[in-house]
Amino acid sequence: MFPIVESREIAKNVFFQKIQAPRVAKKRKAGQFLVLRKGEQGERIPLTIVNSDPVEGTVTIIFQVVGKSTAELSQMKAGEALQDVVGPLGLATHVENFGTVVCVCGGIGTAPLLPIATSIKNAGNKLVSIVGARNKDLIILEDEMKAISDELIVTTDDGSYAKKGFVTTALQEMIDAKTKIDLVIAIGPVPMMRAVSEVTRPHNIKTMVSLNPIMVDATGMCGACRVTVGGETKFVCVDGPEFDGHLVDFKELTMRNRAYLREEKVAMEKFEHKDGKCMGGSN
Amino acid sequence: MAEITPKPRPKPFSIPRQPMPEQPASVRVKNFNEVPYGFTADLAVLEAQRCIQCKNPACVKGCPVSVKIPEFIDLVAKGKFAEAARKIKETNALPAVCGRVCPQEEQCEAPCVLGKKGDPVAIGRLERFVADFERVTGNVEIPKPGASTGKKVAIVGGGPAGLTVAGDLVAFGHDVTIFEALHKAGGVLMYGIPEFRLPKDIVQAEVEYIQKCGAKLECDVVIGKTITIDELLEEEGFDAVFVGTGAGLPYFMNIPGENLIGVYSANEYLTRANLMKAYDFPTSDTPLSKVKNVAVVGGGNVAMDSARTAKRMGAENVYLIYRRSKKEMPARIEEIHHAEEEGIDFRLLNNPLQFIGNEDGWVTEVECQVMELGEPDASGRRRPVPVKDSEYKLPVDVVIMSIGNGANPLVPATTPGLDTNKWGNILADQETGKTSKKGVFAGGDIVIGAATVILAMGAGRKAAAAIHDYLMTGNW
Ligand SMILES: Cc1cc2nc3c(=O)[nH]c(=O)nc-3n(C[C@H](O)[C@H](O)[C@H](O)COP(=O)(O)OP(=O)(O)OC[C@H]3O[C@@H](n4cnc5c(N)ncnc54)[C@H](O)[C@@H]3O)c2cc1C
Ligand SMILES: Cc1cc2nc3c(=O)[nH]c(=O)nc-3n(C[C@H](O)[C@H](O)[C@H](O)COP(=O)(O)OP(=O)(O)OC[C@H]3O[C@@H](n4cnc5c(N)ncnc54)[C@H](O)[C@@H]3O)c2cc1C
Ligand code: SF4
Ligand code: FES
Repeated sequence: MFPIVESREIAKNVFFQKIQAPRVAKKRKAGQFLVLRKGEQGERIPLTIVNSDPVEGTVTIIFQVVGKSTAELSQMKAGEALQDVVGPLGLATHVENFGTVVCVCGGIGTAPLLPIATSIKNAGNKLVSIVGARNKDLIILEDEMKAISDELIVTTDDGSYAKKGFVTTALQEMIDAKTKIDLVIAIGPVPMMRAVSEVTRPHNIKTMVSLNPIMVDATGMCGACRVTVGGETKFVCVDGPEFDGHLVDFKELTMRNRAYLREEKVAMEKFEHKDGKCMGGSN
Repeated sequence: MAEITPKPRPKPFSIPRQPMPEQPASVRVKNFNEVPYGFTADLAVLEAQRCIQCKNPACVKGCPVSVKIPEFIDLVAKGKFAEAARKIKETNALPAVCGRVCPQEEQCEAPCVLGKKGDPVAIGRLERFVADFERVTGNVEIPKPGASTGKKVAIVGGGPAGLTVAGDLVAFGHDVTIFEALHKAGGVLMYGIPEFRLPKDIVQAEVEYIQKCGAKLECDVVIGKTITIDELLEEEGFDAVFVGTGAGLPYFMNIPGENLIGVYSANEYLTRANLMKAYDFPTSDTPLSKVKNVAVVGGGNVAMDSARTAKRMGAENVYLIYRRSKKEMPARIEEIHHAEEEGIDFRLLNNPLQFIGNEDGWVTEVECQVMELGEPDASGRRRPVPVKDSEYKLPVDVVIMSIGNGANPLVPATTPGLDTNKWGNILADQETGKTSKKGVFAGGDIVIGAATVILAMGAGRKAAAAIHDYLMTGNW
């Protein structure tokens, strides 16, 4: 069993949890994820490891409530324990001194990007961060990103906070201003990563994205997480999660992520009914 | 169940092979309960009395772990079921599993002398019977571990190979820890072979038995990620490592449309259904699409399991697309027979060319081509050749690719000095399991490719003996 040490809501429907998982904490590098299972009937849920403390043996996750499993997870309190935590999984981010790196985060994507951005910064890069969300309530980890970035731009789609517009608008402005960019790392919803890749493509700016397909085992055994990258089939859990955004077939990924919409709705309805309250997820 | 006093032995050859009572096909396609009910005590005794107790038993030679077949059958014939179970366990730690899924018709039962004139003794059914008897009556004897040797062994993977090695090594007195990547040990027995063929409670009972014998089990540890083999040897104080990671890499055909929604690998489909209990959704949280038309591509046990699972998930039409004829099918005859009874639509001498999808990315059709058999190929089986202008389309909502599994590269990729062959299988001595890396042994599907439970266990037994030797002498 893996005890939860800390659990709190940090933005609307976004939760922070610190979990005791010493073996995972000891090994984890930026860019890697874990798979957890709440209990005996639970799904295997992949989540990025946002931080880890090898000394106290804990890992941190930040997740958005989108369906039944994340809703249930969000209700777990400190002192309760998860049945399973496996990791660290996936390949760690390749980090070196690239020059100027722009980290573009959309919504909950800031959580997985924070550790990557931190190691990018520690490797001596100039770090520009663009953090965006639909509205003010959905901006997370702004202070943390600010603390490590040479420059931070915050955008909201509806203009409820900071700069009005999309993260791609801010990125396009940087490119238009002839800012020298050596690498872009974009993590967020699939449409956002796709849009960022389209902005950088004409300028040949290398763009890494972190993919989040549906997973089951996350060890390369089932093939559920397959995506097409540069015409080849890759398994995100072992070959990724990061790939060259200019080569990813985003259309296929978007489609495949919808595979269980019908069943997920059934599960959510049953859950809300049993629970007697509405969890209202968004994606 | 209680042990019974058998009636006097009838004359040999006077009793026919006893049929296995099982759920009728029309009922069982609507549930995930086990298909055969198993022998009753009376049936078991009657069947056991058929054995003529050969002085030089051919059956034992057919068994990869040399179960003492005439001895255990004699005990069954005398109504001594618990003793019979112990007799089997002298050489086979997982009789309830082997009694259900071993290809007995090609192993112990094939050379049985009774088979020359009539039907061989139903050795597998008897094995299953005594294992179940032991479990159900709670009369399981836990052997005492051997005197401690102070040596530590890590087992990578909790499948049949790893469990066997663990069981043998604790008996030798070593301190054994099994590391399993998934949340449950058992390997393919848990995630692949369906509940209706091998109930998961039984697998877990076998896993618990190995634990009670003294082996430690740590689930949720992916060796190569959570800990590497070098770290096991250098930091965690293990004196030897056995790698039994199985054949967990699904093959695809690389034909158009394979990434459409609804196209699964058998591993994914079966893992969702078995390990994650998707048939119990939404009580269990993992879903699996309930659809009308399913195509399964392949002709082995995995294909049969996928097809029969799809039927139980509610599909009306399940097509089994196989490019050769029934004669070449690698699946067990019993499983092919069960699939036919359950109404699986065999599309023999057929090969998929591509999968076609709708705007939302869902698979809607599979385009097939009719084949005929030509000259034998390298495998000795007649090569399938396409028949010109024979293409046609089948409407489908789900496709399950069951064309085989390769070696998962995770462990070799993170273990310097561990050599593999061109298919990625770990190179290991067949007799000892020794690999190119000192202190590291391997066996089961990761060495020989996707095979059988009993071969994995056989490899495990040999490796355990070699590991023991290495630990005690230090000779590599
Ligand atoms: C490598 C990786 C890292 C991730 N990191 C984070 C993270 O740091 N924070 C975060 O909030 N989310 C993260 N996710 C997504 C997270 O796993 C899903 O939101 C979660 O599994 C949804 O479960 P659910 O039952 O609540 O929702 P469901 O009702 O099951 O599904 C809602 C939607 O979530 C997606 N989804 C469902 N199951 C999975 C699955 N097993 N794997 C991936 N996506 C799924 C689908 O698009 C689905 O339509 C990550 C996913 C991957 C693959
Ligand atoms: C659907 C299906 C049906 C089958 N039917 C039959 C049948 O009827 N009869 C028969 O005899 N055989 C059958 N087989 C074959 C048989 O199951 C296998 O040959 C046997 O299970 C191989 O045993 P193993 O111990 O080598 O590997 P596996 O059973 O594959 O076990 C390997 C274990 O290692 C774990 N693992 C992998 N990598 C790591 C890692 N890096 N760290 C930690 N753990 C890891 C896996 O999670 C798994 O639990 C079938 C196979 C399938 C897929
Ligand atoms: S070969 Fe057949 S008859 Fe002879 S001992 Fe074995 S099971 Fe009995
Ligand atoms: S999740 Fe199963 S192969 Fe990646």
